[in-house]
Amino acid sequence: MFDLKKVKKDFPIFDRLINGKRIVYLDSTASTLKPRKVISALNDYYTRYSVNIFRGLYTLSEEATAEYEKARQKIARFIGCGNPKEVIFVRNATEGVNLVAQAWGEINIGKGEEIVSTVMEHHANIVPWQELVKKKGAVLKFVDFDNEGYLDLNDLEKKINRKTKLFAVTYMSNVLGTINPVSRIIKTVRRINPQAKILIDAAQAVPHLKVDVDNLGCDFLVFSGHKMLGPTGIGVVWGKYELLDGMFPYQFGGDMIKEVYLDKTVYKEPPHKFEAGTPHIAGAIGLGAAVDYLFELGMDNVRLHEIKLTEYGLRSLKGIDGLTVYGPQKAQERGGVLAFNLKKVHPHDAAQVLNEDNVCIRSGHHCAMPVHTKLHIPASCRASLYIYNTEEDIDQLVLSLQKAVKIFT
Amino acid sequence: MDNFYRDNILDHYKNPRNFGRLKKPDVSYSEENVTCGDKIGMEVKFRIQNSEFKIIEDVRFWGEGCAVSMASSSLLTQKVKGMDVLKVKNLGKEDILKLLGIELTPTRLKCALLPLEVLQKALQGK
Repeated sequence: MFDLKKVKKDFPIFDRLINGKRIVYLDSTASTLKPRKVISALNDYYTRYSVNIFRGLYTLSEEATAEYEKARQKIARFIGCGNPKEVIFVRNATEGVNLVAQAWGEINIGKGEEIVSTVMEHHANIVPWQELVKKKGAVLKFVDFDNEGYLDLNDLEKKINRKTKLFAVTYMSNVLGTINPVSRIIKTVRRINPQAKILIDAAQAVPHLKVDVDNLGCDFLVFSGHKMLGPTGIGVVWGKYELLDGMFPYQFGGDMIKEVYLDKTVYKEPPHKFEAGTPHIAGAIGLGAAVDYLFELGMDNVRLHEIKLTEYGLRSLKGIDGLTVYGPQKAQERGGVLAFNLKKVHPHDAAQVLNEDNVCIRSGHHCAMPVHTKLHIPASCRASLYIYNTEEDIDQLVLSLQKAVKIFT
Repeated sequence: MDNFYRDNILDHYKNPRNFGRLKKPDVSYSEENVTCGDKIGMEVKFRIQNSEFKIIEDVRFWGEGCAVSMASSSLLTQKVKGMDVLKVKNLGKEDILKLLGIELTPTRLKCALLPLEVLQKALQGK
C-alpha cells in the first residue's frame, strides 16, 4: 500500500482552504485532481520547449517530438499494449467513441445491421451510435442491467446475434460503480459472433484498475486523461493495428498526410492518420506524467485502497436514515463510485448543503439518464473516491449529509 | 450560504401553496430541467375583463424538484394570482430573486427560474 499522507501532499490543491475549511473532494469520477508531477510536466513544456512537433529540425522541436512520442509509449505500456502505434491521442473518451463511430462505423455499418450497447452506459457511449444508426438505417439495441446493478448476461446472449457488427460496453459504470466482467463478456460475444467488433469505454477503468488490452481481447478501448490525474483535453483511443490501418481518417488536414497533390493525398499510417492538426502536445506529455505517477503507486495498490475505502463508504452511508446506495453492494465487484439518494432531500439540495462544508459531490444524472430512468429516479447524488481520499473524507461526507437530513425533516 | 435554506424557503418547499391541478385550466404547460431532473407543470385559469385585459384568476403547479424550484413555484403562484397577464409576461430574474430572498449560483439559478419559464410558456399558449 502507498502512504496516504504522502499522496495527499502531492496534490497542491489541498493546500487551499475555502471559507477556512479544507476541501473534501469526492467527484473524481467527473474529473480527478492533479499531482505536482503532472503540473510540472505541463509547466516544463510551456517553459522550456513550447514548440510544435514533427516539423522543426532544431533542438527544441526534436525535444518536443521526442517527449510527445515518449508519452505515447508510456501510455501504451500502462494499458498493456505492445505496439504504441495503436495509441491515438484525442481530446477525451467522448471524442474516442466519435472517432470509432466515424472512422470505422461509416464504412463498416450497413442498413439493417446491428450495434449493441447497454442501458448502463454514459451518454458518450450511446449518442454517437444513435446518430450512426440513424444515418445508416442500422439498428441499435441495449443490454439491460438487473436490480442489483449487474449487467444482465442472459440478455447479452439474446441481444448479440449474427447481424451484430459492434458491441460497445463500459468497463465500469460511472453511476452504479459496477465493474463488468469484460473478459467473460468478450468471450460470450465472440462465441455468438466472431466477426463482431468490441469497443470498451474504459474512462472509469484505466484510472482505477489494471487494464491489459493485449490480453483483454477487445478491438477498441477509449479513455480520458483528466479522470486519471492528467490534464483536460487529452484522451486516448486504443485500437488493434490492422483495424486502425483499414479505417478511414477521422479528420483531414495537416500532420495526417504523407504527400499532398492538388488532386489527391496520401495519408500517414496509424496513429498519425488520426491526429490531424497540431495536437494537445502539453496534454499528452502531462498524461505521460500522470501515468508515471500511477505506475509508481502501482495499480494493484490503487485498487486495494479503493476497495477498502468503498467498503468503509458503503458501511458509513448505510448508517444514514433513509439513504439508498445504488449498484452492487460488494466492494470487490464495484469501483469507488457511490451514487445514492436520501428519502427527503433532493440531490441538488444535498449537494448545496454539502458545499457549505466544501464537500464536493455531484448531483444530477451524471451523463447517464437511461440508468436513472431504469431506476425510476430523476436524479441522484454521487460521491466518488480516488487515491487521495481517506476515511476522514467519508466521515465528513456522512456528517454533512446528516446536516442536510436535519434541515429537510 | 449558511442561511441558504431560510425558513421561508423550507416552509414553501415542505408546504407548497397552490400545489395540484385545476379542474378546467385555460392554459397549461410543463417542462423538465433535464440536468437535475426537476419537472414542473403550471395550469392557469383566466378571468377575462375585456378583449385586451386578462387576469390570472387561479393557478396551480405540479411536479417534483429541489427545494429551490419548488419554493420558487410556490412563491410565484402566490404572487401572480390576481395579476394582469401582461405584467406576468414581463416578470424576470430579479423578481424571482426578490421573492426567494437569497443569492444563487448560476447552476441553482436554473432551478429558481424554471417555474417562471414554465408559467410564461403556458401564458404564451405553448
